Amino acid sequence: MQKRRERVDRGINVRSGDVFALCSWREMLYLAGPRVLPVIAILLLPLALGIYWQKVLLSVAVFALLAISWDLLAQTGMISLGQALFFGMGAYVTGILNHYWGLPPLLTIPVAAILGGLICTALLLPVLRLRGIYFSMVTLILPLMLVRLIEATRIFGGTEGLTGMTPLPSRWLEIYVIVGAMLAALFGFRRLLGTDYGLVLKGIRDNDRSVINAGINIYWYKTQALLIASTVGAFAGAFMTHVYMFVGMPVFALDYSILPIAAAVVGGPGSLAGATLGAFLLVPLSEVLRGVGGLRIVFYGVFLVVFIVALPEGIFHFVQRKYNQFERWVEVDS
Amino acid sequence: MKTAVILRVAGLFKNFGGVQAISDFHFDLAEGELLGLIGPNGSGKTTAVNLITGFVKPSTGAVFFKGLDITGLAAHRIVRLGISRTFQMVKPFYQLPAYKNMIIPLYSPRVKKLVGGKYGDRDAVALDLLEEVGFERDARVAYKVAGALPQGYLKRLELAKAIALQPDLLILDELFSGLSLAEVAGILPIIEKLRRDGKTIIMIEHRLKELFRIADRVIVMNFGQKIADGKAADVMESAAVKSAYLGTE
Repeated sequence: MQKRRERVDRGINVRSGDVFALCSWREMLYLAGPRVLPVIAILLLPLALGIYWQKVLLSVAVFALLAISWDLLAQTGMISLGQALFFGMGAYVTGILNHYWGLPPLLTIPVAAILGGLICTALLLPVLRLRGIYFSMVTLILPLMLVRLIEATRIFGGTEGLTGMTPLPSRWLEIYVIVGAMLAALFGFRRLLGTDYGLVLKGIRDNDRSVINAGINIYWYKTQALLIASTVGAFAGAFMTHVYMFVGMPVFALDYSILPIAAAVVGGPGSLAGATLGAFLLVPLSEVLRGVGGLRIVFYGVFLVVFIVALPEGIFHFVQRKYNQFERWVEVDS
Repeated sequence: MKTAVILRVAGLFKNFGGVQAISDFHFDLAEGELLGLIGPNGSGKTTAVNLITGFVKPSTGAVFFKGLDITGLAAHRIVRLGISRTFQMVKPFYQLPAYKNMIIPLYSPRVKKLVGGKYGDRDAVALDLLEEVGFERDARVAYKVAGALPQGYLKRLELAKAIALQPDLLILDELFSGLSLAEVAGILPIIEKLRRDGKTIIMIEHRLKELFRIADRVIVMNFGQKIADGKAADVMESAAVKSAYLGTE
């Protein structure tokens, strides 16, 4: 019997492109597998991990949220170098609500996410007309400025910060809230970017003149994207405040700005899933490298450089491409 | 015969630093008229269109559209009032299929109510519009990514994007540039049909033969100024136009 190799995805793409007409489990698994299996794995992961690695997973999810938020902005043409602004703003708002008014975390976290998002958007509103590096510079400067403001005026605990925040009721609630939020943001925003609305956002990045020429106010759409992204970042900051039971100047640290960008670049920008994947790789790697002491940052840097040189498209796009190129043996009609 | 003035350009000046790009540019455009805007390279044709459409703010002067002063209005607001344009350098979203390129104009507040907002609604309208400008439905050209289409189709796509906005005034900026004779011959009937349907059109063009076939009136520009205005044949006889195009001894 003669056989030849055939791409697995071709037939599936044809049958699922216009009308959904897949009828075999194997074909459905081919499409749903890469989405469903990682979700199941992520949901089961906390059960298999010890307390230390559960905390690492928590950190992974937080950085994944910041990376998703960064990628969303990048897809609208706004390159942020200051995710720490969103993170820190959420952290301080929840800290103030909890410390001074004694409000419970289940109220402070959502309020801080929305209020923090609104404040960040208002702060960046005047510079929304700036493009490229000029917008990036302002996002980089703002968190650094706020740190100095807190230090100089000694508001909100000054350099000491605010301590004694109410922790979340249980360790399991902690982990599943943040993992759930990460998955919701990942799949929710992926869907959003696939709609006509998402196309307008991406249009602003690729050719804003063409979007203006459709009678669309690009600044209004940029504002919306900024609000969504900063709300996600503020949520991550608010959440971590109740995990650490502390809020202080470190929430505006450069780590929260740089690591999400590294995660998105290593994982593959422009897909949100790549940003998440990057966080799952870089945060645990940073933990593992604690063993090498002072050389940690050197190894980390080498890893980043190697990855960016060897896989400039990012891991996600590479894996996706390979997955779509899977072949199988089929019989040839003679 | 409709004679109402749809667009009035009055005393427009624009300087970029020390360069006087447009100086005392003025004309009236009647509803349903097809105006050709011609002139040598760098004579200020595209700048004039940018001033009318709000992409560039004039130094002084005024633009009235349907009696409304639109000088200095944001470009997207002018589009919503009913002026849509194509760009000389087409820059579609290359990685998207042609019909998906139509989604952004169809998302415009100007046409949102007419098209419907449900998922897929815009796709159907986009495919219809593309068929109107010559994307053969049977050959499924509209489904091809824009990056794989030849220049002729990209220009048609640019035209379809402008038509999608259902404008009262359509401005075509060198739609025929970079096209073969056959491609131009394919697009001309579409413009003739738009004109028969009563659309007011301004065409910036270097392909004078084709333009003169359809234009009611021609304005010639040189060094940012209007040097002639009238019927195509009369305008080309003018001494100023001859010297602008051919130079003087």
